[in-house]
Amino acid sequence: MSDSVAAHAAEAHHAEPGFWRAYIFSTDHKRIAKQYLSLGLFWAIAGGLTAYMMRWQLAYPDTEVPGWGFIAPDFYNMLVTMHGTIMVFFVAMPILLAAFGNFLIPLMIGARDMAFPRLNMLSFWVFALASLILLTSLFVPGGAASAGWTGYPPLSAKPEYTGVTWGLNLWLLALALEFASFLMGGVNFLTTAINLRAPGMTFFRLPLVVWMELTAAVIFMLSVGPLIAGALMLLADRVLGTTFYLPEGGGEPLLWQHLFWFFGHPEVYVILLPGFGLILEIIPVFSRKPIFAYRPIIYSTIVAGALSFVVWAHHQFLSGMDPRLAMPFSITTIIISVPFALIVFAMIATLWRGSITFSTPMLFAMGTLSVFIFGGLTGIFNGSAPVDIYIHDTYFIVAHFHYTLFSAVFFAGFAGLTYWFPKMFGRMMNEQLGKLHFWLTFVFFNAVFIPMHVVGLGGMMRRISDPTQYEFLRPLQPLNQFITVAAILLLLSQLVFVVNFFWSLICGKVAERNPWQANTLEWSVPSPPPHENFHAVPVVYHGPYEYSSGDAVVDWLPQDHGAAPKAAARS
Amino acid sequence: MAEIISGWFPENVSSFGGEIDALFRLILYVTGAWFILTEGLILFFLLRYRRREGRRAAYVAGDNLRQLAWILVPCLIVLLLDLWLDFRGAEVWAKIKGQVPPSDFHVQVTGKQFNWEILYPGPDKEFGTADDVLMENELHVPAGQVVRVILKSKDVIHSFFLPNLRLKQDAVPGRAITAWFNATKPGKYPLPCAELCGFGHTGMNGWLFAHSPEDYEQWVKQQWPSPQPSPSGRGRG
Repeated sequence: MSDSVAAHAAEAHHAEPGFWRAYIFSTDHKRIAKQYLSLGLFWAIAGGLTAYMMRWQLAYPDTEVPGWGFIAPDFYNMLVTMHGTIMVFFVAMPILLAAFGNFLIPLMIGARDMAFPRLNMLSFWVFALASLILLTSLFVPGGAASAGWTGYPPLSAKPEYTGVTWGLNLWLLALALEFASFLMGGVNFLTTAINLRAPGMTFFRLPLVVWMELTAAVIFMLSVGPLIAGALMLLADRVLGTTFYLPEGGGEPLLWQHLFWFFGHPEVYVILLPGFGLILEIIPVFSRKPIFAYRPIIYSTIVAGALSFVVWAHHQFLSGMDPRLAMPFSITTIIISVPFALIVFAMIATLWRGSITFSTPMLFAMGTLSVFIFGGLTGIFNGSAPVDIYIHDTYFIVAHFHYTLFSAVFFAGFAGLTYWFPKMFGRMMNEQLGKLHFWLTFVFFNAVFIPMHVVGLGGMMRRISDPTQYEFLRPLQPLNQFITVAAILLLLSQLVFVVNFFWSLICGKVAERNPWQANTLEWSVPSPPPHENFHAVPVVYHGPYEYSSGDAVVDWLPQDHGAAPKAAARS
Repeated sequence: MAEIISGWFPENVSSFGGEIDALFRLILYVTGAWFILTEGLILFFLLRYRRREGRRAAYVAGDNLRQLAWILVPCLIVLLLDLWLDFRGAEVWAKIKGQVPPSDFHVQVTGKQFNWEILYPGPDKEFGTADDVLMENELHVPAGQVVRVILKSKDVIHSFFLPNLRLKQDAVPGRAITAWFNATKPGKYPLPCAELCGFGHTGMNGWLFAHSPEDYEQWVKQQWPSPQPSPSGRGRG
């Protein structure tokens, strides 16, 4: 940073921004992070409500959903579509990538803000516009998009196939804008982390969550381009009468599937990696140990990111593509378990001979780990092409990806929120309520999704609104009802978090700088950090996980702490 | 154990279904072992190394090969097991989807919103002739024979799903995709659509009737036009 820029930054530091600049059109990365978080949590409520309505309909078909009414089959298809769209693009990405990435990257690397603060603001407002358009699409005549979150043409390509007109057009527009927003965000993440690191903050002293956010941003940027083009072609098919995906005009329905999944599968890792990053910060702090195998975890992350580009067609084993293609994709898919196994083993090894405290963030981190292991292992079944012949498009798949994504988005998200809440809002969350929230969530989550595997193996297809219309599914109905009751309890359990969140925001114990005795730079500044974060740019001397390294009384060593114990000499 | 697992599935009446189920069980045993091992270790470490007064955590960074071996060797085992499952899978896949075995029973199934149109070639065993027989949602086949299904679609993507035959294959407009099965036991089996195909997707359900040879003869006699010596013969279109 040149002198003039530094002087300018110092000047800006003293200027008090007005209400609009401070709260609405803010360029401060922490404020923008909170904006993303608020919008993401709002959508999470909407996504949860769609789940509630679907589950009610599945358990008690054609009865009135309490608080809503009857659900017609085409409305059910809209619920299915919106649940996936909302949870993946409007909850997981804004919370895991945008909110945590924005909040943590500058603070953790010792920067005053993102590299492009105005672009950052633009990213958020484009995302807000996408949200508004998606919300509008729910209320237009003809109803919301109903072709599934994957939007396979020809169903999605011609309005007469679904009866949905503007709902689906707006859905496509909302997605395209959402992608544009995260592309800008990704550019910002990368530029910031490469150029604005504090002196001494080498790449191999970066906290792992920064590595994970960066890898996710790169994966996203490299994979989303084809899909933006694909979405525009689909929109053109719908409104301009082109036939990119319509065989009667020489188009090819499978083209969309390839474009969609070339993005869609890397997207899974765009969500998963930041989730892993969050708990990789939390596990060492509450084990008072360095993370085991710091560098191999980074290499594994990069390998997993690269492999994620050559697994997409495992969604298409039965799509009609050449069956000879199945085996290469099956092999890459199953082999991607190796880098993830390394990360999981490293987390487990970090616990070994630690000094473990069961705080709420740590409980949620362990919830993430144990739930993800289950989801990762069931992925092997789906990745095996012959087994997929049977379980493809059944509830086994639904159960599998909820084990992987719910763990990353909700368990890891709650771990991150409860851990950084003091830094974000300057107050501590209530531990008793936090633990209650964890145990209720953990128990009811498994009560929902373990039986769902069995329902899937019984043959129940995804995206049907009434299993009782199928003779062979009727014996599964008690299980479906059990799942629904557990799902409602799972949703209700989240009220504990809502209460804890707002109560702590107002009445929580005032947080000190470093309540968890952690090493990374965000804990060296006040809670919440002031505008521009650091009074003086910190100098970094150590890696992020020097816990229990010396003989000193304290068992942690902040990254910007000058003292050099024996362990510091290693790096 | 195997009995509990097969209790989760609908009855298998497919010539190749047993191999899919066996592969499923194999993967279940392998992943089940990892599940118990990893979750067990997590639980054990959490209890064994929970915070106690006066005990410090050990500084183990896993930054040398001696320590890293503890996770690299398990990763290597994961890789080998992966490859094993891949190659077992490749064999089964080649058998089912690799090539269609010879068959003299052909039937064309066309998905349309929201029915299966089943077209039988009729006595001359050729499609597109006057003696073709068209039925909705009823697929009649002889049990114990390889049935070759030509899958088409008139509108959107559907998925031809026979849970008891362990067979699923998408039907894509603009394509004719070949699938096959061999029902080992006569009976009536569900034939739902497994791909979201519009507001009537739920309830798009046909039936597979696998007949014993005598019943099948009987059915042909009743439903198909009688064979004609010349191709100009009458028949249902």
